[in-house]
Amino acid sequence: MIKKSISDLLKEHPFFASLPANYIEFIAGCGRNAVYEAGAYLGREGDPADVFFIIRSGLIGIESYAPDEGPITVQTMTAGNVVGWSWIVPPYRWQFDARALETTRVVALDGKCLRAKCEEEPLMGYQLMKAFAAEITGRFRANRLQLLDLYGRAQK
Amino acid sequence: MTGRDSVDGLWAPQALRIANKVQESTDVFSFELELEQSFDIRPGQFNMLYAFGKGEVPISMSAGPPTTTRLVHTIRNVGKITTDICAREPGEEIELRGPFGNTWPLESALGGDVVIVAGGIGLAPMRPVIQALLANLEQYRRISVVCGARSPYELIFREDVEEWSARRDLDFHATVDIAPRGWTGTVGVVTSVIEQLSFEPQRTTVMTCGPEIMMRFTADAFCDRGVPAESIFLSMERNMKCAVGFCGHCMYGPHIICRDGPVFRYSRLRDLLHIREL
Ligand code: FES
Repeated sequence: MIKKSISDLLKEHPFFASLPANYIEFIAGCGRNAVYEAGAYLGREGDPADVFFIIRSGLIGIESYAPDEGPITVQTMTAGNVVGWSWIVPPYRWQFDARALETTRVVALDGKCLRAKCEEEPLMGYQLMKAFAAEITGRFRANRLQLLDLYGRAQK
Repeated sequence: MTGRDSVDGLWAPQALRIANKVQESTDVFSFELELEQSFDIRPGQFNMLYAFGKGEVPISMSAGPPTTTRLVHTIRNVGKITTDICAREPGEEIELRGPFGNTWPLESALGGDVVIVAGGIGLAPMRPVIQALLANLEQYRRISVVCGARSPYELIFREDVEEWSARRDLDFHATVDIAPRGWTGTVGVVTSVIEQLSFEPQRTTVMTCGPEIMMRFTADAFCDRGVPAESIFLSMERNMKCAVGFCGHCMYGPHIICRDGPVFRYSRLRDLLHIREL
C-alpha cells in the first residue's frame, strides 16, 4: 500500500478544496499524522491551543463539563470536518474538550508553525482564514438551530 | 370500515379500543387500537382523534401498513386535547375519523436513492415509510435515514432505532442536540448530518417531517447539494377542524393542507415557507 503524504491527505480533504496546490504543500510542512483511540483527548478546555485537526476518519465529541451533569457532548465531528480554531485567535486556548469517541485518524497541524507561515505568506493566510470563516459560519448556523430547541416545539 | 370509502368514516367518529399503550419518551405515547374491520390508511395519511368536549387533533399513522386488527398512532402530550387522549389506558377507547390526506411518494421514488429526515415527533409519520422501504429494499438504490431529537431521552421508537442502526443495508443516523457521555450517535442538527450522506442528487427523493424550520433548513441543504426542489417532500401540519377541505381552517397560502396535503413538494412551498407569520 502506498503511504499518502500529508499534502496528499490535505488535498483530498474538503476543508482545503478552495486552496491552490502550492499553498497546501506549504501548509503540509506543519502537519503530521496522528491516531487517537476512543476516549483519548485531542484538546482540553483551557489548555494551550497550538494545534488543530483535519479528521480523516472516526468521530470526535466536542464536550463541556457541567457540574451537575458531568461531561456533555455539544457537537460531534467526523470525516471531512475540522476541529479547533482557537489556534488562530489569542489567547490561543481550547474553549472546549475534544475527545475521540471511536478510533480517529487525523492530520494534526501545528498552529504556531502555521501562524508563522501565514505571516510569511499573507495571501495564503488570507485564503486559509476564508476557509476557516466558512467553517465557523457553518458551525454557528448549526449552533443557532440547536439553540432554537426545534424538536421541543413540534406538534401543537 | 374502510376509511375513505365510507362517508360516515369522514364525519362520524368511531370508537376503537386501546389494545396497548407504549410510553416512547417523557411526553410521547403510542396507542395500538383494535379494529374490527380492515382500515385502509397509507403512510402519510392521518386520522382526526377526538376528545369529547375538547376537540380533535390530526394524527398520522405511525406504524404500518395497518394489519386488519391494529392501527397505531403516536401522540405528543402538548395541549388539552392530546393531554386527554394521552391519559387513556388499555381497555379504554379512542374515537377517531378518517383517513385523510395524501401519501408519501413511495412509488415515484422507486429505482432511486431515498433520504428520510425526521425530527422529534416527526419520526412518527416517517416510521411507516421506513418500514415500507425496508420491506422493498431491492426496489430502491440506497436508503438513508436521519433522525434528530433534542436529547437521547427524547428519541422515540428506541427499539426500531436500535434495529435500524444495526442494519448494514440502511444508512441510518440518529443525531441529538445535546448528549450525556455514553451516547454513541452524533450530536448536532440534522443538516450537519446531511453533509455526510452519499446520494446521487438527480436520482434522489427526500422525504422530511418535523418542525417547519427544520424542514426548511433540511430542504435547502438538499437543494444546495443539487437535489431538485420537486424531489423534496415535506409533511405540513396545521390546526384542523373539518379535515375534508370545507372549513378553511388549515389554509396555508393557496393550499388547503387537509385536502391538498399534508405531503407537499418543496417546489410548491418554498416561497411560502420563507414568509413570516404565515
Ligand atoms: S381542516 Fe377544514 S379545510 Fe382543512
